[in-house]
Amino acid sequence: MASVVVRSGRLYGDDVRDLVIDGDRIVDVCKPGTGAGDVVVEADGCIVLPGLVDLHTHLREPGREHAETIESGSRAAAKGGYTCVHAMANTSPVADTAGVVEQVWRRGVEAGLVDVRPVGAVTTGLRGEQLAELGAMAHSAAHVRVFSDDGLCVHDPLMMRRALEYVKAFDGVIAQHAQDPRLTEGAQMNEGELSGRLGLAGWPAVAEESIIARDVLLTEHVKSRLHVCHVSTAGSVDVIRWAKGRGINVTAEATPHHLLLTEELVETFDPLYKVNPPLRRSEDVLALRAAVADGTIDIIATDHAPHPREDKDCEWAAAAMGMLGLETALGVIAEVFVKTELMDWYQVADRMSVAPARIGAVADQGQPLAVGSVANLLVWDPRTPTEFNAGSLSSRSSNSPYLGMRFPGSVRHVLFRGRLTVREAQMA
Amino acid sequence: MIGKHLLSTYDLSRDQALSILDTTAELAAVSERSVKKLPTLRGRTVVNLFFEDSTRTRLSFELAAKRLSADVITFSAKGSSVSKGESLKDTALTLEAMGADAVIIRHGASGAPYRLANAGWIGGSVINAGDGTHEHPTQALLDAFTLRRHLRGGVGDLSGARVVIVGDVLHSRVARSNVRLLHTLGAHVTLVAPPTLLPVGVESWPCTVSYHIDEALPSADAIMMLRVQAERMAGSYFPSALEYSRLYGLDARRMRALPPDAVVLHPGPMNRGMEISAEVADSPRAVIVEQVTNGVNVRMAVLYLLLGGANSETPDRADKEGV
Amino acid sequence: MPPARVVLDEADISRAVRRMAHEIIEKSRGIDQLVLLGIPTRGVHLAQRIASAIADIEDSSVPFGTLDVTLYRDDLRMRQVRALEPTSIPSEGIDHRTVILVDDVLYSGRTIRAALDALNDIGRPAAVRLAVMVDRGHRELPIRPDFVGKNLPTSQAEVVRVHFTESDESDEVLIEQVAP
Repeated sequence: MASVVVRSGRLYGDDVRDLVIDGDRIVDVCKPGTGAGDVVVEADGCIVLPGLVDLHTHLREPGREHAETIESGSRAAAKGGYTCVHAMANTSPVADTAGVVEQVWRRGVEAGLVDVRPVGAVTTGLRGEQLAELGAMAHSAAHVRVFSDDGLCVHDPLMMRRALEYVKAFDGVIAQHAQDPRLTEGAQMNEGELSGRLGLAGWPAVAEESIIARDVLLTEHVKSRLHVCHVSTAGSVDVIRWAKGRGINVTAEATPHHLLLTEELVETFDPLYKVNPPLRRSEDVLALRAAVADGTIDIIATDHAPHPREDKDCEWAAAAMGMLGLETALGVIAEVFVKTELMDWYQVADRMSVAPARIGAVADQGQPLAVGSVANLLVWDPRTPTEFNAGSLSSRSSNSPYLGMRFPGSVRHVLFRGRLTVREAQMA
Repeated sequence: MIGKHLLSTYDLSRDQALSILDTTAELAAVSERSVKKLPTLRGRTVVNLFFEDSTRTRLSFELAAKRLSADVITFSAKGSSVSKGESLKDTALTLEAMGADAVIIRHGASGAPYRLANAGWIGGSVINAGDGTHEHPTQALLDAFTLRRHLRGGVGDLSGARVVIVGDVLHSRVARSNVRLLHTLGAHVTLVAPPTLLPVGVESWPCTVSYHIDEALPSADAIMMLRVQAERMAGSYFPSALEYSRLYGLDARRMRALPPDAVVLHPGPMNRGMEISAEVADSPRAVIVEQVTNGVNVRMAVLYLLLGGANSETPDRADKEGV
Repeated sequence: MPPARVVLDEADISRAVRRMAHEIIEKSRGIDQLVLLGIPTRGVHLAQRIASAIADIEDSSVPFGTLDVTLYRDDLRMRQVRALEPTSIPSEGIDHRTVILVDDVLYSGRTIRAALDALNDIGRPAAVRLAVMVDRGHRELPIRPDFVGKNLPTSQAEVVRVHFTESDESDEVLIEQVAP
């Protein structure tokens, strides 16, 4: 493999250095202009970060390849600066056996653009009735560590308790989709003044908060590890902050869309804005931003959820929930946190790479930009704003709420295990 | 004058609402003639697109369109390709290919008329004939017209009129449209319902809210009873039909607590014995049958105002007659 | 744009109204079976003035109403939707009576065609006559007035405006050149 020099980039937005990569490792960090190698990629004026790790990605394969495949999702991830994604279990068949997770893992290796880490289902068929073969998935070639019924809540408290207990044997984590099913029957959008006016069945904040409250107490009781998916309300932040204060081993994620968009978009009745959990009030958005900045919410996860056009080109109630996120995440975060100085690039690296790698127990990801680390990294160009449009996306789907919006910067280069996957904003 | 579509009472200004009511008043005279037909919309095609059963609303629109000489076709979900899983989009594209000038849509999903109007599937006007639990603007307009006739002699707005709306506000598109429109026209609206049947955030609506019907009766100029479906019991919105009827139903005793000139409205179809007793429904104070008549006239007015002028793509040419 | 030219002033209009009233009485052999219907807006003002002139002459009033023809127009699609004006038919109705349609300006004749259609849906008059303040020519339909305040040859590049104090500042008839 040719050696690569990343020339004159600002590591974490700070010191200007050359990075020399040989094989899959960073072999030298040196003064700008002094690094030597076969291939030189310019990073002058750009920011170098460790490759991003997404703990929450829907790749749709197997079963819904018309929406996304492991290969197309991997490309979208690479374009967004990711070097690792966690493929959620709600595929068809559900990723609830060693066979399915190994297949997903192998397809990821074949695509070769990012590490594809399968997430295992907590319960068989996501039905919430019986534990899936968590141990078999953990000990498979896919080394599953994150388990989730995402899309559905593990609602039965006893089932949740058992799952939390069982994964302790292999340092697994249960990633809970916190949504009380009874409180959200037929729910279409955040419950509040706007849902009342629009006549759309409300999705109360308490349906999320009550499950999180229950789960952190269960986690404390059985001394296990809990991860809360896509936190969307100010009340949830309060519960998590309280739990962390008590020393409960809980981590949490927020999505870029919950950090930028608010429920007012639903007034258009355009299903592009239909997502689970729903877009909330601006008070919630501000609380989430503060929680990400102060570490109460540990990570940014995309909940990248591709849907074919027909599932969004319809009336609101008939539309599927979810939006694309991989290719736009860093742009949104740069807009929301860096431009506003809520966080610096070190913190961005922590929330989007280091911490998710730690939670997912991914060995080769989220490592520091230092000699000896696996060369997973990205170069962000803050001088070239991006404007996303349907034609520019690598995903098979185009259900992005950010089309036509401008973000302050763009992913310029990405190295995955020492190999260029994206060069000058194009797939290498 | 009122824009291209009629999707929500939220979009109507006071002047626009009044122009609809004034147009309705002129058209009402036509409905009283022996020849109840106008050539105004000759050659225009109006589609009744009904994804939900509503014979009353469909017939009312159909009659209104026919009185204006429009060609009317009805596309109802039952027995059509819609029930075979054809999407709203494909149905819309079909109607567009048939040259529909206006689509009157009734749909179970809130916001479906907005999608139809704004997704770029069709070029014609869209009239919301009731969408989910969102809005039913022509119902509110006919209610306002009926109220204006009884409370204000048929002219002007409804400034100062006190209107009480009782029942399942949470699931009622009629209530939503009425609260907004009556407020726009200057009326004071009081919503009365058990707390379970009021939406979260109702405090911010331009109206007052009460849990007790008897408090609202003595000062009401008009009372509107909403249909309450017995199946709401299954959702535990209230314990029993009997309890609902006792606490929130309008019976003869409660009717006597109303001021002598107050009128009783109901959007129909009524659940006699549930939200309204037979004695009240058949009393001279009930203007429920008149609401039906006014419904046709209001829908004629809306069709005229939406279709009776140039299409937006036709350039505006000055009228040369009389100048 | 050249200034508007006054072709009839207040006195001219007043004389024309009185003459038309006389002609209507004479031609109708009395006023027993007459109904005056003004076409909004200024046709209504003119009809009112003719009605009161007839009342002065005959010492007896003639039924008077308004007829909005908007819903019968053939040019609806050529411009933005118009507000409807009131139609009020006198309680006597129009069946078996002589209806005098009254409008301010007769031009293409299309408004009168619409009015004839509207009358047809309201009843069956014994006869329909037409009274206008100004006939400016350029007919597009076989329609002619029975009673005319003033025949005014015009070019199609001109605009004729009839003003009545009921809706305008003064009583006058103006001709304006349309900006090319």
